[in-house]
Amino acid sequence: MSNVLVVLEFADGKLKSSCLPGITCAKQIADTNGGELHFLVLAAEPSPLAQAVAGAGLGATTVHTMASPAFEPFTAEAWADGIVAAVHATNASVVGGTASSSLRDALPRAAALLDAALTSEVTAVGAEAVLTRPISAGRALLEQASSGDVAFFTARGSEFPPTEGGGAAATVSELETAEVSTRGVSVVDIQKTKSTRPALSEADVVVSGGRGMREGDNFKVLEELTDLLGGALGASRAATDAGMVPPDLQVGQTGKIVAPNLYIAVAISGAIQHLAGMKGSKTIVAVNKDEEAPIFQVADYGLVGKWEEELPKILELVKAAKAG
Amino acid sequence: MKILVTVKRIPDPDESLKFADGGVDYSASKWVPNAFDEYAVETALRLAEVAGSKERLAEVIVMSVCPQGQRQHVTQFLAMGAERGVVVDADDSTLDSITISKLIAEVARREEVDLVVAGKLSQDNEGNQIPQRIAGLLNWPQACFAAEVRREKDAKELTVSREVDDGVEIKKIPLPAVLSVDLRVVLPASVSNGVTAADHRYQEGARLASLRGITMAKRKKVQVHSLEDLGVQNSGSETTRAITPPPARPSGQIVASAEELVEKLKSEAKVL
Repeated sequence: MSNVLVVLEFADGKLKSSCLPGITCAKQIADTNGGELHFLVLAAEPSPLAQAVAGAGLGATTVHTMASPAFEPFTAEAWADGIVAAVHATNASVVGGTASSSLRDALPRAAALLDAALTSEVTAVGAEAVLTRPISAGRALLEQASSGDVAFFTARGSEFPPTEGGGAAATVSELETAEVSTRGVSVVDIQKTKSTRPALSEADVVVSGGRGMREGDNFKVLEELTDLLGGALGASRAATDAGMVPPDLQVGQTGKIVAPNLYIAVAISGAIQHLAGMKGSKTIVAVNKDEEAPIFQVADYGLVGKWEEELPKILELVKAAKAG
Repeated sequence: MKILVTVKRIPDPDESLKFADGGVDYSASKWVPNAFDEYAVETALRLAEVAGSKERLAEVIVMSVCPQGQRQHVTQFLAMGAERGVVVDADDSTLDSITISKLIAEVARREEVDLVVAGKLSQDNEGNQIPQRIAGLLNWPQACFAAEVRREKDAKELTVSREVDDGVEIKKIPLPAVLSVDLRVVLPASVSNGVTAADHRYQEGARLASLRGITMAKRKKVQVHSLEDLGVQNSGSETTRAITPPPARPSGQIVASAEELVEKLKSEAKVL
């Protein structure tokens, strides 16, 4: 048995769409090692969630559930316990999911408890379960094989297409609840960033501003362009560190990794750590007054000019293009 | 209180990579401390010290797994203000994440520390898994990707603001525990220990070593371990098949005007 177990996440009773690329990656691994695709649902009351996922036909043969109040809200401590118990009960040989902040928190802990290797931020699946992942801020690709009875992975969401439903329904199977403990931690509050825009890592278009925007108020013109294109707003580390916009808008090695169809970088010089977060984008546009800015080396279209002059023009032209 | 901070050296991230024989040739690299580890040491020092006085609330120990004679980064962190060092003599590039985590967990156990502080990832390997593993091995709670860390006076717990995908999570963790820090933890008011004045503002970023710190660092104690005396075997669970440069992006074009840009986005790239 070399089954691949994907740990799923839910919000408001629904499967998070961010899980879908991780399922695609898991399916590719299952295809190379000849195993079945299984899902794991950890929740206080996992049955309705699991039923919905099983019916969606996402490619899994079995949806395993484990029930415990300790699974909500999410803590790495309790989830790692649940994942370890599920691996023992299902004999999974590969365990993973999309590299969300929760799975990046819980999976390595579970891997340590099982003395298992973990490959982070996988971008491609090769033969014989060799997984590729970027290192050194995306300047190199490491192809890595893991040995052992169980191997863990997290998949970079921007590198795999979301799995589509409509396949055969899966069977739901209840696992016995293991000893699950939060180790005395408590989640006091979750302050969600309120936004009517799509999530940065899932948006089709991302418009980002950098240090050259100088202050938060100046992001208004970028927000206007963002909304016109139905995209998400991003920023460089220089802009978030300066407090112009909230930190969770940061795109880069230390922020979010994005790969939209269209990435527009405004007044961003293009430090290595920023490029690491966006150079997988299909079309990259850079507007910068400094023609020597490194961002132009990755841009498909570069416009040398001040954002104060160029952005209002671009905004009007895009409006006209959309209307036409 | 005792705080153990894990640190490593990395090839200078601003140097270009030299690809050779299916790998990267680091033989001529300049080695520097991992930036996130500098933030981890800064976090530990802010938790340990009473700003403006000589009083210390905790001992800060830095630990590194590194080849013999390659301990410059450890000395640098001692010069920043850590009290002493622990090193494991080994070529860390030959050890997998399982093994490195076991070495650190074993030292944390022997030193009976109350807190392990680590950077959230190393800029070269980008594994983002060692702190979580250490917490698992020690069966301790963990708070990863910390942007703010608060401790009340003499409290046996920390309140940590963690950066998560859709915002910020506030998590309380009892000590002993493992903390992994993100870059915003070094903003002027991101760490408080309940004793340093609440309105104290640190200089942004990790502190630089003072001249006195540099002189003192040479006299500070560094304990040397081996894998054997820590009772850890290299598990060798990870095999590198190849390291290759990513495919280059086709070179782009500079457009002359906003008009040309929007026209090309519409008719050429077809993204509007």
